[in-house]
Amino acid sequence: MQSLGLEVLFKGKNFARLLGGLWAALKISLISIAISMVLGILLGILVGRKNRIAGAVMRCYLEFIHIMPQMVLLFLVFFGTAKAFGWNLSGEVSSIIVFSLWGTAEMSDLVRGAVTSIPVIQHESAMALGLSRVQVYRYVILPQAIRRLIPQSINLITRMIKTTSLVLMIGVVEILKVAQQIIEANRKSSPNAAFGVYLTVFLLYFLLCWPVSLLAKRLEKRWG
Amino acid sequence: MDWEYVEKILPLYGKAAVLTVRIGVLGIFFAILVGLLCSVVRQMKIPVLKQLASVYIELSRNTPLLVQLFFIYYGLPKIGIRTDPETCGVAGLAFLGGSYMAEAFRSGLEAVGRIQHESALSLGLTGLQTFRYVILPQAFAISFPGITANVIFLLKETSVFSAISLMDLMFTAKDQIGLYYKTTECLALLVVFYLVILLPVSLLGSLIERRLRHAEFGT
Repeated sequence: MQSLGLEVLFKGKNFARLLGGLWAALKISLISIAISMVLGILLGILVGRKNRIAGAVMRCYLEFIHIMPQMVLLFLVFFGTAKAFGWNLSGEVSSIIVFSLWGTAEMSDLVRGAVTSIPVIQHESAMALGLSRVQVYRYVILPQAIRRLIPQSINLITRMIKTTSLVLMIGVVEILKVAQQIIEANRKSSPNAAFGVYLTVFLLYFLLCWPVSLLAKRLEKRWG
Repeated sequence: MDWEYVEKILPLYGKAAVLTVRIGVLGIFFAILVGLLCSVVRQMKIPVLKQLASVYIELSRNTPLLVQLFFIYYGLPKIGIRTDPETCGVAGLAFLGGSYMAEAFRSGLEAVGRIQHESALSLGLTGLQTFRYVILPQAFAISFPGITANVIFLLKETSVFSAISLMDLMFTAKDQIGLYYKTTECLALLVVFYLVILLPVSLLGSLIERRLRHAEFGT
């Protein structure tokens, strides 16, 4: 049988290098996820509450982020800031900026959706029962909103992890880049390495995201 | 802004946009087919095929398109499955989108209550009529927002195709930036072209969505 190129992975430190590449991408997503969660919750609660103009600006920001492919946003920050402000952002920093901006927009949408999804009648009934405003939020609205929010934000996390694979395109050395290097280095000895190595990359991403999305699905079912 | 330069590269961008749209439309078409197939297989609980569909959906939803494309474009030729970049782009988009579409269809079908089905049957409709006149319109109305969201999502995902050497909008922008260093013009055009492609789809989607609301019942 023809070799499928899996033997390359057991040569030297190749597999460890692949995992290192995955970690490089994962690090970017984890930092962006942390920033997005905090800013997204704040924005989601505050957006358009009081100030009309601030609300309009926010809507523009959200719409723009939503409609633009993340690749375009990456290009805008990576190439655009260099030209416009003379910044020389590294690929890593650019991608953290972009994924935080994007994640914040998505997260604030989820938060707003979760809060507004609670029917007004819940609010009114709680008030009629004599609960104070703070109590209404603490005991009635928030517990329900959070149950709705948690599975969705876990889904957002898997989406962000998957989307970080794009950083390859602005020159960050992540798992696909490492895979390319490994395949290139073993071109002579294992000409079929591309199959085995890219399959491994595929499975590694799957093993990373699958448990997380299973968790989201389970929580959704339990609280749905 | 150097308008002369913009005018010069406009045809290049136009060509790239056509490529993006063509692959996007084909990919979405096949994604819908795959999605329908999966949801029918799962709905009718056909053994083996049902499990296969589930495995496919999990694999496709939990991996990035870029990685899928690399595997299809660079990996598969090593076991004798060779494709040109365009076919590969369409295949990748269909592979990714199929699972998303399947989930959207499923949520629609599941949301229509059993009682609807039973009531229709007891009114004397045949199974096919029940599906055609009772289940489908409601399921479609419920799935529609999900389907539009998926269409926009998939159109946006086409932006990674430059990785498999397709000369799409991203490729053209990067190429031009590298050649002439007219970054501002190139990026502005990039944004404008994506807006021209994506905004109408998004607006049309929400318009139809509003008109479909009347089909929902009993929620």
